[in-house]
Amino acid sequence: MKGNEAIAEAALRAGAEGYFCYPITPQSEVAEYLSRRMPELGRVFLQAESEVAVSNMLFGAASTGKRVFTTSSSPGISLMQEAISYMAGALLPVVIVNIMRGGPGLGGILPAQSDYFQATKGGGHGDYRVLVLAPSSIQEAVDLMMLAFHLADKYRNPIMMIGDGMIGQMMEPVEFPDDYKEPPLPPKDWAATGARGREPVIIKSLFLDPLLLEKNALIMHQKYEQMKREEIRFELYKINPKNKILIVAYGTMARICQTAIDELESEGTSVGLFRPITLFPFPEKDINKEAKKKNIRAVLTIEMSLAQMMEDVEKAVLGAKPVKFFGRTGGIVPSPDEVKEEVLKLIKEKTRSTGKTKQN
Amino acid sequence: MADTRTSIFSRPEALYDRVTHYCPGCTHGVAHRLVAEVLDELGVREKALGIAPVGCSVFMYNYINCDCLEAAHGRAPAFATGFKRLRPDMIVFTYQGDGDLASIGTNEIIHAANRGEKFTTIFINNAVYGMTGGQMAPTTLPGQVTTTSPMGRDVNDIGYPIRVAEMLASLKTPSYIERVSVHSPRHIIKAKQAIRKAFIYQKENRCFSLVEVLSTCPTNWGKTPSEAIQWLEAQMIPYYPLGCFKEPGKEEES
Repeated sequence: MKGNEAIAEAALRAGAEGYFCYPITPQSEVAEYLSRRMPELGRVFLQAESEVAVSNMLFGAASTGKRVFTTSSSPGISLMQEAISYMAGALLPVVIVNIMRGGPGLGGILPAQSDYFQATKGGGHGDYRVLVLAPSSIQEAVDLMMLAFHLADKYRNPIMMIGDGMIGQMMEPVEFPDDYKEPPLPPKDWAATGARGREPVIIKSLFLDPLLLEKNALIMHQKYEQMKREEIRFELYKINPKNKILIVAYGTMARICQTAIDELESEGTSVGLFRPITLFPFPEKDINKEAKKKNIRAVLTIEMSLAQMMEDVEKAVLGAKPVKFFGRTGGIVPSPDEVKEEVLKLIKEKTRSTGKTKQN
Repeated sequence: MADTRTSIFSRPEALYDRVTHYCPGCTHGVAHRLVAEVLDELGVREKALGIAPVGCSVFMYNYINCDCLEAAHGRAPAFATGFKRLRPDMIVFTYQGDGDLASIGTNEIIHAANRGEKFTTIFINNAVYGMTGGQMAPTTLPGQVTTTSPMGRDVNDIGYPIRVAEMLASLKTPSYIERVSVHSPRHIIKAKQAIRKAFIYQKENRCFSLVEVLSTCPTNWGKTPSEAIQWLEAQMIPYYPLGCFKEPGKEEES
């Protein structure tokens, strides 16, 4: 199944009742798929006049308490930042998918990871974060998409799944769970359903009293701290005491690194991979633990962007080991050979510098 | 002796008994009351959703007693679209000023009207940005002095005021569009009829409905409340004629 269609189908199976969209490459297949499927199921599909409208429709739609989502790509996600900030402030659950393309500006339409900062650091104005999930296969995109709706309801916060254009466009076999069950969630007593037999519900992000605004920000902050305790997800690949280098990479980039690691292994060089699955919350402590291991000479961050995630990796490693960067951007996907070359260069460098230290 | 007094006038249930933040002589209060009366009369308060704009009426939810959302500037029609599509059984209205609807939110209102979204918009036109302190709005009259048009609005520089009702009535999609004023009791009665009609069209799931309400802003116009009422009548109505511009089944009337 094509990534974009698998994401759409996963959302349906997670109970999404409303989808709002605006066409943009490379994720338009999601809209095309849902334009047929949603009406078949008696659910809402609407192609809006702009991404600005899409995201504000999501605010209205999420206020009903029903599961709603959108998918877009980088420039469209930029346009949605206003409403994402409002939804975070109003404590609304919503799922947003960004199938990233090269930027900045209109950029290009080929796969990239250059919206890392925007996704993980808030994106819009104000003290807020969105929980960010980063799949590296179509199956994982399906699983995380379904999880995203659960997390949105659990935390009453926007959840973003980011994949590069490769995740949206490539085809892989996928399995959907036959009997999808979620842990119990609290009742949605905050939803606007009509003031019948109760006081009116007001859903807003406006608090002119600074004490109340701070209180709202602290409620959100506590949620982010809870996410750090409960939602960190990552995967380790070929981590063992013989590793000389620890690679940190996510999404499609991580898969390319796996190929490079396999080839290096067969050539006698041992390298491990740490793949963050949640980018916010970021698995800082776990990266730190791996980086501190005696056999690790350096940590190599590899991205399809220019040293964005590297800032979080540096913060995780806390100077315990040198943190190096390799990446391509603008829609260029590094090949396994480029990764291997970078790893071997780094090992040589570290061996030489260690040698020098000994001489001194 | 038996009490023979009967109540002939009371506060609508949909309107809270509260002191408002509106300036003396501002007609937002009149418009709020009309909306509340209609919600009561149609028996829809308990299934109503109001959407407040950014502007003086940002605190609408403090006065109208029903579920409310507070929208981003100009985006109330998108909020309303999203909500109503998921809950077509509810009665949804936006309440927006002219900076909100006619400037930053033109795209959202045009496309919501053009899709024929089944919600109601109450559009308050007072020819200035009120909350930010009386700056020029898209509805500011030619030559009108505001804090950002100190020499008067120059139509050669910034164009003519937008007639929102006429512009939306030009769309082919059926809708109910009427412009009213609230500067006199006679006009208030007519305004109430239009607002009532707008909500009935929604209740019957017929069409998008919008009532443009010419309104006063004595503070930012630099006038007393009574001068403001005279100015509205003498200056605004000639540029913004009152009446119905579009109604389902009566397309020729526009």
